[in-house]
Amino acid sequence: MKIVVCIKQVPDTTEVKLDPVTGTLIRDGVPSIINPDDKGGLELALELKDKFNAEVTVITMGPMQAEAVLREAFAMGVDKAILLSDRKFAGADTLATSNALAGAIRTLDYDLVITGRQAIDGDTAQVGPQIAEHLDIPQVSYLQSLEYDGKNTFTIKKQTEDGYQIVEVDGPCLVTVLSTANKARYMTVKGIMEAFDKEVEIWSADKIDVDEAKLGLKGSPTKVKKAFTKGVKSAGQVYEVDTEEAIGIILSKLKEKFII
Amino acid sequence: MNKSEYKNVFVFAEQREGKIQGVAIELLGKARNLADDLQEEVYAILLGGKDIESKAQTLISYGADKVIVASCEELENYTTESYTQAITQISHEFKPSIILFGATTIGRDLGPRLSARLTTGLTADCTKLEISEEKELLMTRPAFGGNLMATIICSEHRPQMSTVRPGVMKALEKDENRKGEIIKTSINFNKEKFRVRIKETVKEKSSMIDISEAKVLVSGGRGIGNEAGLKMLKELSTILDAEVAASRAMVDAGLVEHKRQVGQTGQTVRPDLYFAFGISGAIQHVAGMEESDFIIAVNKDRYAPIMQIADLGIVGDCKSIIPALIERLSNKIKD
Repeated sequence: MKIVVCIKQVPDTTEVKLDPVTGTLIRDGVPSIINPDDKGGLELALELKDKFNAEVTVITMGPMQAEAVLREAFAMGVDKAILLSDRKFAGADTLATSNALAGAIRTLDYDLVITGRQAIDGDTAQVGPQIAEHLDIPQVSYLQSLEYDGKNTFTIKKQTEDGYQIVEVDGPCLVTVLSTANKARYMTVKGIMEAFDKEVEIWSADKIDVDEAKLGLKGSPTKVKKAFTKGVKSAGQVYEVDTEEAIGIILSKLKEKFII
Repeated sequence: MNKSEYKNVFVFAEQREGKIQGVAIELLGKARNLADDLQEEVYAILLGGKDIESKAQTLISYGADKVIVASCEELENYTTESYTQAITQISHEFKPSIILFGATTIGRDLGPRLSARLTTGLTADCTKLEISEEKELLMTRPAFGGNLMATIICSEHRPQMSTVRPGVMKALEKDENRKGEIIKTSINFNKEKFRVRIKETVKEKSSMIDISEAKVLVSGGRGIGNEAGLKMLKELSTILDAEVAASRAMVDAGLVEHKRQVGQTGQTVRPDLYFAFGISGAIQHVAGMEESDFIIAVNKDRYAPIMQIADLGIVGDCKSIIPALIERLSNKIKD
């Protein structure tokens, strides 16, 4: 079995703060990480590698420094890593991004394509299903767990609003995975050592199978018209008092609001 | 593409088990405003099983001028492919200028697949939709983990599509006397593409909690930290007849189920009272709770962003304030 996993390097947005005075983003020193849902996807692929000797290729698109997440994936145990890096990819919205990734996947053999459900910096959850459409393969999103019959059929538990669904699908197909689907393994020391010797393939736009007009800013139907930090509403009262007094203030508010 | 051929504001009227979802009703309200600004009409797309046409009048009562109904076995339950084919056909036939979807697990599965098939843009989780002077749809959404807001346009492609999370837009008052037109349509499926087989659909009891319905929410964040902290929240919520909610930090830590998460990737809530314990107030979280009637925040950090939106802010340690609150409240109830 051959598996392709798409991952994204993201800023750890839980570490991003707003400057309370200027209201601007403080991005300095914010670490870059593998997007959490994508890490769930990597783990799923590696579990299939453990059980069925699957060959796992990981792809990311981004600037050269995105290589770091591919090294981490090597250290976790993937077999091959591809970095799509080219100015022609820049400024891509989700559709153009999905076209680039699909263009790369098209040149590979695959039975299963795995993406995270969504990235924490954009939260769109769009790229996975869009890749599936470009590749003309079925998709199952919000994957919680997956079983493989060893031949070509996947039985998948997917999350829904009010429970779950069990669905069956044959490869090749694409799944989008939740970070809660599993607990991602750590890099091993041996893995980390070996990761440095392994080759990350750098692919430019002419190496992939897609019409260039569909890439980057040119290939993006959506554009950002403006970006802004959100105005804050007028602040209420803030008390810096001891616990006893704080409790008194809270209780009187609860009474005023008829909560108690 | 000749943009001028594309007219009218469409809403995907999501139904599950024949029940129209609240988010579709809310979207009709927003679609009504947008269509009025454009001097165009509101269309609802209603896909479902044999009896689904009976729901069309409800959609009209909430603001639709026209309801396109496709009812057949293949559309009774949602599947990515059958719904994508249906809306693709409807889109080619009716040429919508705008299509709105609920950002539910269905909408977020369907929307992107459809955008790729129609080669058009899709903007996820919009919190504000308006029409520009150039008659374009301005789609505003949180980005960068909710720390930034971005207004997105889709100038050269049609339809302009966006998803909106439940609870964000306001539904119109129901008007039973409102008149509209029901347009029945049949879909020509390519069934060879139906490749995902549904084996079982299960509803879970624990999934039934809907924090967006609660009058009082006791919500915890990173500052609550662990199981012990969570236990305090639960105890307090029992006394106040409230529900426990959480920020993403608690959900990512595996302490609280995702259905209780408030914020951009969780639920949008508007309770009478929102307690934010140990929540710093990243915009991503705030986006989901700022409409609460009254917000009480307890945080060690005087300068945490949550303090700027709280009606009452207490600078202090949750680990001492919550137990003290529990003690005083339980005494009170015994009295």
